[in-house]
Amino acid sequence: MTSQRRVGGLVAVLAIILGACSSSATPSPSTAPPTTAPTTEASMAPESPSSEAMAPVTIEWWHITTADPGKTDFQNIADAYTAMHPNVTINITVLENEAFKTKLATQMQSGQVPDLFQSWGGGIMAAQADAGMLKDITSDIASWKDTINPGALSIYAYNGKQYGVPWDMGMIGFWYNKDLFSKAGIAAPPATWADLLTDVGKLKASGTAPLAIAGKDEWPSMHLWTYLVLRIGGGDTLQQMIQSGDWNTDACTKAGQAVLDLNALDPYQAGYKSATYNDEAAAVGNGKAAMELMGQWAPSVQMDQSADKQGLGDKLGWFPFPSVAGGAGAPTDGVGGGNGVAVGKDAPPEAIDFLKFFESADNANKLNTDNVGLSPVVGTSSSVTDPNLQMVAAGRDQATFMQLYLDQATSPAMGQAINDATIALFLGKSTPEKVCQAISDAAATQ
Amino acid sequence: MAAALPRSRERSRQISTRLTIGLFLLPALALYLVFVIAPVIQAAHFSLYKWNGLQPLTDFIGIKNYQVALANDAFRTAIANNLLIVVLSLGLQIPFSLGLAVLLNRRFPGRAVFRLLFFLPYVLSEAITGIVFRLMLQPGSLVDSALTSAGLGGWVQDWMGDETLVMFTLFVIISWKYFGFHMVLLLAGLQGIPHEIEEAALIDGAGRRQVFRYVTLPLIGPTLRVSVFLSMIGSLQLFDMVWVMTGGGPLHASNTMAISMFKAGFKATQMGYGSAQAVILFLFGLIVALAYQRFVLRRDTEGALTMSAG
Repeated sequence: MTSQRRVGGLVAVLAIILGACSSSATPSPSTAPPTTAPTTEASMAPESPSSEAMAPVTIEWWHITTADPGKTDFQNIADAYTAMHPNVTINITVLENEAFKTKLATQMQSGQVPDLFQSWGGGIMAAQADAGMLKDITSDIASWKDTINPGALSIYAYNGKQYGVPWDMGMIGFWYNKDLFSKAGIAAPPATWADLLTDVGKLKASGTAPLAIAGKDEWPSMHLWTYLVLRIGGGDTLQQMIQSGDWNTDACTKAGQAVLDLNALDPYQAGYKSATYNDEAAAVGNGKAAMELMGQWAPSVQMDQSADKQGLGDKLGWFPFPSVAGGAGAPTDGVGGGNGVAVGKDAPPEAIDFLKFFESADNANKLNTDNVGLSPVVGTSSSVTDPNLQMVAAGRDQATFMQLYLDQATSPAMGQAINDATIALFLGKSTPEKVCQAISDAAATQ
Repeated sequence: MAAALPRSRERSRQISTRLTIGLFLLPALALYLVFVIAPVIQAAHFSLYKWNGLQPLTDFIGIKNYQVALANDAFRTAIANNLLIVVLSLGLQIPFSLGLAVLLNRRFPGRAVFRLLFFLPYVLSEAITGIVFRLMLQPGSLVDSALTSAGLGGWVQDWMGDETLVMFTLFVIISWKYFGFHMVLLLAGLQGIPHEIEEAALIDGAGRRQVFRYVTLPLIGPTLRVSVFLSMIGSLQLFDMVWVMTGGGPLHASNTMAISMFKAGFKATQMGYGSAQAVILFLFGLIVALAYQRFVLRRDTEGALTMSAG
């Protein structure tokens, strides 16, 4: 429970910060790291004596960006850094997501940690920090932390200490097929939950599966339920539930009831019970389902999973989760998250200096233009070229409250319990009350 | 004095024999201890703690992990599913393999081709088998459209998404993958039976069915018993294919003990709880193996095993 409470507190802080500042109010990018090579070296010089800077250093970096252009971009960034610092070698290990998690867990049990590695912040990072596997980089990054969106940065902080930095931060929303919407006679994306249900009915009548979910992977529909809790109860209530572990609340049961209202329309794609997330993306990418609720990576996965490898292209649109009538949450509250880099306990100072370079505006812009991620480096949103991703970035920058994905904000065991409980609801095998009770029970045993 | 010398020579020869045996056993024994016995003991140790795999082992909770596992509906489903696969494998898969082996033991053109074809699925890895069948069983994919075009559209089901159907879908695929293996084992057994014996029975007036029941079946008994044993152990360890195809879902309907253990240990990072499930799975395997060795395989191993006193 303690780790959850702490993470919960962090997210609350995140919410306040995000609420307080829009992108125009964030510190001006004058503090951004210099983008040209000589100045970067100059700015590094006072931190490390020249004699030390010349000693050979190796940085181990594990990331999970297995696909291009991201994989090449990361390699190029590392190469650019080592070209400027000939004494530094960066050993990159690229791992597939699941393999990475398993390998990292095994590695940590032996007490060895890579210097830099993929992280999603939240509960898993908190557990790693508690086990003493991470390096506190709060003071190391103090000079340049203002260059990063504070809300995104705080996901990689725990107990007031910074253990990593984000390079990708987005907000979950509905990705929809404009053609299928207009074919069903829907003029504009729904603004309220009631409108959404009406539109689901219209889509269904037009012969399209309105919504794609993934019964095997569980988490995609969990986000829909989280959004309903957030819209109905509001951010404070959701925080309260996460911190207290008491989910037997009005907001929780009403959210469950809303899911049942959706279920009643039989809105999901064929085979949703055993579908993986890839199947879900394929259903949308092939035009078999009209929408999915997903994060900023949705277009690239749809493209990858579609039969013609093209995805929906211009036909793809995005809208934020609609408001719920009578709900306490603002329509600008969001559920989001992304990718970051955590710093291992034995990381040399050069590893943190590399992170500073990694988070430079140039590199951030490159990741944005290549659609590798939505960089949270302040002032780089304009380099996002895709109109839908621009909307996601705007949603993120203007969010009045940002909840980290529930299965990552909590401990892995808690996240698993939440996924297990909510998928049962979507598959029609549970009740709103049972879901709230199951999550409360899981929280009690933490 | 005269008797003492040979006795001591005898003893020294005994010692040197044992030393030789010991030396030859040592490498295998060392590997077995390090990679099998030690992890089992470690898992048993971990299972007594509440542990997320990262922090030091400090939170000792006794047998609570075992109590939680055995009271958990999803884990109970897993045990039931493993036992269901054992029963189905023994009841359907092995007899089917035996029947095929008997057929393929006869002389007819193309026999070798059939033997090869039936054995092929066994060569594929479980993960690949799972992926291939996952694709074929998607709604509207190969299996569904084949049924529809054969006029059997009414038979189309949500093969992997239906909670009552999913275990049978998996069983059919497991059988498809492993029947060839058992068939080849049994075929080898059949070919070891001298023709003279069957001929003698036929000459004595036994019918084909009687020959099979009273001559063939007893003579391939040892092979059959090994086949059954492998099938049982495989069914208890079921993981790869189910993980790829359903991940234990929907709603734990196709959970197996190994999947439940993996999810607890590596997904939810409850290493202590996962270890407890691993130990339960180990005990299942151990008890089945020991009981089978003791009561069924005894007659096959009689005389082949050195008894303690010699």
